Amino acid sequence: MQDMILEYVWAFLVGGALCAVGQVLIDLTKLTPARILTSYVVAGVILGAVGLYEPLVNFAGGGATVPLTGFGYLLSKGVREAVDQNGLIGAFMGGFTNAAVGISAAIFFGLIAALIFKSGSKINET
Amino acid sequence: MNISNQEYGELAKKLSPPSAMYKTIPLAFVIGGGICTLGELLLNVYQMLGLDMEKSGMLTSMTLIFLSALFTGLKLYDRIAQHAGAGTLVPITGFANSVVSPALDFKSEGFVLGLGAKMFVIAGPVIVYGISASIIYGVIYYCMTTFGG
Repeated sequence: MQDMILEYVWAFLVGGALCAVGQVLIDLTKLTPARILTSYVVAGVILGAVGLYEPLVNFAGGGATVPLTGFGYLLSKGVREAVDQNGLIGAFMGGFTNAAVGISAAIFFGLIAALIFKSGSKINET
Repeated sequence: MNISNQEYGELAKKLSPPSAMYKTIPLAFVIGGGICTLGELLLNVYQMLGLDMEKSGMLTSMTLIFLSALFTGLKLYDRIAQHAGAGTLVPITGFANSVVSPALDFKSEGFVLGLGAKMFVIAGPVIVYGISASIIYGVIYYCMTTFGG
C-alpha cells in the first residue's frame, strides 16, 4: 500500500520537475512552446540513447513517460529494437513504430474534435 | 527621449515586474505533476485490467490525448494553460493540444489547407526533429553493435 502511494508521489514529483524545467526555460529564455516541445523530444531521444532515461521510467513511471521527453525516449527505444531485429534499415523504422499510437491518436482525435467543436477565439471570450 | 530598440528592451525589462516566477514555476510543477500522476493512475488501471506494460502505456497515451482533444474543443485546455504554462505544455496532452488547437482555429480556411495542414504547425517540427534524431541514433547504434565491441 505504501509502495503504491510512493509510486504516485514519484510520478508527481518527477513529472512536475520536468514541467518546472520547461517553465524556467519559458520564463528566462525566449523559447517558444514549439521550440520547447521540439527540444524535449530530441532531449528524450538523446537521454534514451545514452541509457539515462530508462532508469527514470522504471523509477517514476508516468512521471517520466507522460512528458514529451518520454515520447523521445520511446522513439529511441523503438529504433534500438528495430535495429536489433532488422539491421541498418531498422534505423528508419523504429521511431515511427513506437510513435505511431501517439501521433495517430493526436491526428484522429484532433480531426474529430475540430469537426465537432466550433472554432472561435479561445481566450478572453467569456 | 531618444533610445534604440535594444535600449528600450533593456529598460522595459528592468522596469517591468519580474515575470512572477515564484508563481509560474510552482503552478507548472503542480499541474504538470498532476497530469503525470493521472497518467500513472491510468497505467495502473489498464494493467489491472490485464493489459501488458506496453499496451497499457499506449492506451494511457491515447486516453490522455483523447482527454486533451476534448478539453481543447471545450476551450477548457487553453484556459488552464494560461495559468499552468509549461505544466500543460510539456506533458503529451500539450502535444495533443498543439495539434487540436490550430486544427480548430484554421477550420474556417478549409478542410485541406486549413484544418489538415495547420494541424502540424507545432507537431510538424516535433516529428521532424524527433524522428531525425532517432534515425541518427539508430545509425550510430547499428555501427556500434556491428563494428564495435
